[in-house]
Amino acid sequence: MKISNLGYLLKEGIRGIFLRGFMSFAAVCVTVACLVIVGSFASLVYNVSVIVEDLNETSEIRVFIDETLSDAEAKSVHTKINQLGDNIKECVFVSKEQALEDFVADHDYDPAFDGLEPDYLRHRCVVVLEDNTQMRETADAILAVPGVADITAEFELAEGFSMVQQVLQVVSIAVISVLLVVSLLIISNTVKLAMYDRRDEIAIMKMVGATNGFIRFPFMVEGFILGMLGAAIAFGLEWLMYDGLVAKINELEGEMELFSFVPFETLLVPMVCTFAAAGLFVGIVGSWTSIRKFMDV
Amino acid sequence: MIEFIDVVKSYSVGNQALKGVSLQIEDGEFVFLVGPSGSGKSTIIKLITGELRPTSGSVHVNGYSLERIRKREIPYLRRTIGVVFQDFRLIDTKTVYDNVAFAMRVIGAKEKEIRERVPYLLELVGLDNKSRRHPGELSGGEQQRLAIARALVNNPSTIIADEPTGNLDPARSFEIMSLLQEINKLGTTMLVVTHAQDLVEQFSNRVIVIEDGLIASDGMEGYYSYENQ
Repeated sequence: MKISNLGYLLKEGIRGIFLRGFMSFAAVCVTVACLVIVGSFASLVYNVSVIVEDLNETSEIRVFIDETLSDAEAKSVHTKINQLGDNIKECVFVSKEQALEDFVADHDYDPAFDGLEPDYLRHRCVVVLEDNTQMRETADAILAVPGVADITAEFELAEGFSMVQQVLQVVSIAVISVLLVVSLLIISNTVKLAMYDRRDEIAIMKMVGATNGFIRFPFMVEGFILGMLGAAIAFGLEWLMYDGLVAKINELEGEMELFSFVPFETLLVPMVCTFAAAGLFVGIVGSWTSIRKFMDV
Repeated sequence: MIEFIDVVKSYSVGNQALKGVSLQIEDGEFVFLVGPSGSGKSTIIKLITGELRPTSGSVHVNGYSLERIRKREIPYLRRTIGVVFQDFRLIDTKTVYDNVAFAMRVIGAKEKEIRERVPYLLELVGLDNKSRRHPGELSGGEQQRLAIARALVNNPSTIIADEPTGNLDPARSFEIMSLLQEINKLGTTMLVVTHAQDLVEQFSNRVIVIEDGLIASDGMEGYYSYENQ
C-alpha cells in the first residue's frame, strides 16, 4: 500500500458505508443496542454499589471509656484509638455531657429525664471504619486499648452489607463481561455479513494484484467509522435515558430522597472511554477478522 | 514465459487433476488451451495465477517459481498477468472508467497516469463513449471488452482468458477473439482457454489439448485434428 493511495482508500472506505447502506445501518444499530444494554447495566450496578457503600458507612463502633478515668485520661484513650491503624477512618470523641444532651434530644426533651446527671453516662468515641469487613478485628484491637470499658457495634449488619457489596461486584463483572462478549460476537457477525456481500469484489481485487493491506484498508476505515458512530449514538442515548430516568425517579420520590443517584457527569469519562474502545475494537477487529476468510483467493 | 515441468496436482479429496504436465509458452505466443470439462484446464490457470500450488513438479511464470512463491509475492506475480473470465467479473457499483482505473489504483499508480492510460485502453476496446456507464448497462460483448481493458491496463506481459466467449453469440465471440489476436500482435503473451472449436479453427495458432490431466496434443494442427485422431 502506498501513501499516494491513502486518499483513494479513505474515500473508498467512506463510499462503502453509503454503498451498502442497509448493512451499515444494521451494523450501527447492533452496536448501539449492545452498548446501550451494557452501559445501562453498568450504570445500574454502579449506582447500587454507591448506595450500598453509603449505607455501609453508617455502620460504626461505639467505644465506652472507663468511668473511673479523668477527662484528660479519657481523651488520651481517644488519641490511642485514633492511632490504631489504617482501618480507622474517623474517631470522634463524645463527652458524657454531650452524650446526655444527645440522649435527651433523641427523646424529644422528655421531662422524665430532667435533672439527670452526666455522671450516669460514660465518655465515648464513635469510630467509623475504612473497611467494614475488618470490623471484628478492629473492635478486638480497640477493646485491648487500656481504658476502654466496653464496645457496641452491629457486626452482622456491617458484614451483611460487605457481603452484598462483594457479591454485587463479582456478579456485575461477570454479567458485563458476558454482555460485552455477546455484543462483540453479534457485531462481528454483522460485519461478517457485510463482508460476505463483498466477497466477489475482494476476489477481483486479489486477481488484479491487490495486496492484502490495500484490500483491508477501506474495510478498516469503514469498520472504524461505523464502530465510532455506533459508540457515539449509544453514548448520547445513554446520557438522555439516564438523566430522564433519574429526573423521573426524583419526581416520584418527592422529598423522601430514598435514593440519591450518581450524576451522569461522574460516569462520563469512564463511559466515553469504554464506548470508544468498544466501538474501535468492534469496528476494526471485527473487519479484520471477518475479512480474513475472504482473502485466500 | 510460462513453463510447467512434470506438474502433478492432487486435491485433498484424492483425485488427480494434473498427472504430469509439461509445457512451455514463450513470450509473445498465442496459445489455445482446449479440452473437455474436468480435464484440468482450470487447474492449469489456477496454478499460473498462484491460486493453487503444484503437488509436485515446477511451475515458472514470468520469472516467479510458483512451487515456492511466498504469499506476499503473489500480488506482484498477478500484476504481470491479466485475467479475463467467462463471467467478466466486473464491479457493478463502479463505472466503466472506474472498473479499469481501479486495477491501476491497486498497484499504486498515480492519478495522472490513470487519467492518461484508462481512456487509451477504453478507446482500444471501443468503449470510450461509455466510460460513465455501469457494467449492468452494457451488452455481454461490451462487458467482455471492458474486462479485457482492465486486464490490459497494467501492461501485463501475459493475458489469460478463461472461456472469454462462453457467454457471447458467435459474432461477438469472433470480435473478442480478434481483439485478443490484435493485442497479441502488440507483444502480449496470450493463453486462451476455450470450448469454442470453430473459433480455434478460424485462428491459426498453437493449440494445446489437455485430457484427463495429461497433454493429449500440442501443435498448430488445431482442435479438429485432435478430435479426428
